Amino acid sequence: MEFTVRACSGHGRVGSLRLASGLEFETPSLLMITRRGLPVVIPPEMLMDLHPDSRACQFTPMHFLEDPLAAVVAKAGGVHKLASLTGFAMVAVARDSLGNEIAGEEASNLGASFETSSGRRIVGLEKYMEVVNACKPDLWVSLPDEVPHWVPEKRNRESVDHTSQWLDHCLSLQHAEHGNRCLGVVVGAGSLEERARSAEQAATRNVAGFSLAGFGLGEDVAQRGFHLEVAIAKLPNDKLRHVCGLGSPEEVLQAVGAGIDLLDSTYPYMLTKECLAMTFPLKMEVPLRNADRDMQPTPDHGVASGFSLAKVNLRSATYGGGRIDETPLVTGCKCYTCKRHTKVYINQLLNSNETLAQTLLEIHNTYHYLEFFKAIRESIKADKFHEFRTWFTSQRQELGVLSLGNIPRVVSCN
Amino acid sequence: MNWPRALLTDSGGFQMVSLLHLADITEEGVTFQSPVDGKPMLLTPEDSIQIQNKIGADIIMALDDVVKTTTTGPRVEEAMYRTLRWIDRCIAAHSRPHEQNLFGIVQGGLDPQLRDICLEGLVARNLPGYAIGGLAGGEGKDAFWRVVAQCTAGLPEDKPRYVMGIGFPLDIVVCTALGADMYDCVYPTRTARFGSALVSEGVLRLTHAAMATDYRPLDSSCTCMVCKRYTRAYLHTLVTKEAMGSQLVSYHNISHMMQLSRNLHSSILEGRFPE
Repeated sequence: MEFTVRACSGHGRVGSLRLASGLEFETPSLLMITRRGLPVVIPPEMLMDLHPDSRACQFTPMHFLEDPLAAVVAKAGGVHKLASLTGFAMVAVARDSLGNEIAGEEASNLGASFETSSGRRIVGLEKYMEVVNACKPDLWVSLPDEVPHWVPEKRNRESVDHTSQWLDHCLSLQHAEHGNRCLGVVVGAGSLEERARSAEQAATRNVAGFSLAGFGLGEDVAQRGFHLEVAIAKLPNDKLRHVCGLGSPEEVLQAVGAGIDLLDSTYPYMLTKECLAMTFPLKMEVPLRNADRDMQPTPDHGVASGFSLAKVNLRSATYGGGRIDETPLVTGCKCYTCKRHTKVYINQLLNSNETLAQTLLEIHNTYHYLEFFKAIRESIKADKFHEFRTWFTSQRQELGVLSLGNIPRVVSCN
Repeated sequence: MNWPRALLTDSGGFQMVSLLHLADITEEGVTFQSPVDGKPMLLTPEDSIQIQNKIGADIIMALDDVVKTTTTGPRVEEAMYRTLRWIDRCIAAHSRPHEQNLFGIVQGGLDPQLRDICLEGLVARNLPGYAIGGLAGGEGKDAFWRVVAQCTAGLPEDKPRYVMGIGFPLDIVVCTALGADMYDCVYPTRTARFGSALVSEGVLRLTHAAMATDYRPLDSSCTCMVCKRYTRAYLHTLVTKEAMGSQLVSYHNISHMMQLSRNLHSSILEGRFPE
């Protein structure tokens, strides 16, 4: 595995990541969400052609802990073969972003508490590494003792100690023939000193990169910024940095601005679940027209340009009744959905409770988010990341979009 | 829909049977209580054809008066005669007869005499195609195939015969042997959602514990995407837990049915259908 930093803009950087499998891609990169190895609603055979960058996925080892799936993935020879996703990067992230929040429960020296298919249980090191080794991921995070920022000091210190010990233990249990694929976890939650200590310890280990944990748990945005900065300052510049738990556009920009290279995000899926299409503009060269500024943006407004709004509510009665919006979700978008279908059609599917609606929305939302990441990389290469970030966040505020400080709980739209 | 291939729309008649406790059938049409908002809605033959004209499918179905196959008594006869009266109203209301093919539906329950009257009446209207309706509702197989045989014998040889609501592979093979050409059913996808795959040997219940260690594809003779990529064991872990499980098994089941159709078609052309 090789990672090389190619360009910088502030602390943000573009890198090229080449995996042992030969797969190469540019960072910062979005890891698409999977469950038990497969996308949640996107047909697996459509994943390769979804977007030029749709090559990297995250998966949760905790889904593979128990039989029969534990035995099945081992027998298949890893998660790539199991899910027929050879040619993709599969990154093992311990935290299940679609699952329960971390509560900072007691962990023993032997393992931490995770939600599995048989309920909440302590997952120990041997078991975790057994699953990781069976899955054969391209990259994997070490077993984390992740706690939210409100836990007592003592618990926080303990989480840093555990995480560091477990990193060493995981490294000792990894398959030698796979080489260096470990992302050492950095925790530290509510204390900048602890965060620094955790990062210092991880920095000395022989890992492929790092995974910053303990975010997306209700922390203050400014505090999060300090934590990212403090941690990254202690980490070597030439190694990969991943963060879990952050996924909204503002969070991505904050993380990338601090020097993060990989993020797994449920943001596209969260929108899909709420029957929303991602429509925010991606190019800062296109100014907002004055007419757009004057328009009252409401979620019900089905405007043809798609430029004016960040999200479009496809469940709106506006489509069926008065206006028939035969434009695609985003005009000019080259995704499968936008090349073929219109807003009014997706509205009709949603009103008939057809699951095709979710599939079409998820394809578009994923495509749009991958385009967002591409725009981020372009801005870094042009050394304009700060401008891009400022432009993006200010136009979101101008449009009255509620900034998702933390990803909202999943709300069913049925 | 951006669907460049053939499309067929139903008239809404089946809902009369499936939502019967919400329906009131008169000569004028069918009054439903809308399951969406509870308001009464009347569907007349004219309404049904008008909507189908707007949707623009290649084949459209007449609104018929459908009764459950298990119904006995004068209601069956009433429904059959009303179906004949309604076909004339459907024909009159059809505004696109050169672009859309209106199929009539043979009713009459399990009574051969009623079926005969209906057959005669519909054939006389010289429609582009005919459906055999009112079956697949819980009648015994003996009664079922007799009615199908009678209908296919009474319908013109040079027009399509569509047996509505048939989807079990065995039923399709039998009806094809009796001279039918088209079928529709929710069975392949519904059974997929419950974790059952259609394979050459029959029905494979993926939820069964034995599937957890079965590393073969669903069907060794199937060339669909699912059978090329995934094992029974993996699908077993997905089926009741992930939407993707239902999606993959549905994909295979539909592939299976399409392969069945191709096999029926080519075996007839090649003169080896009986085998």
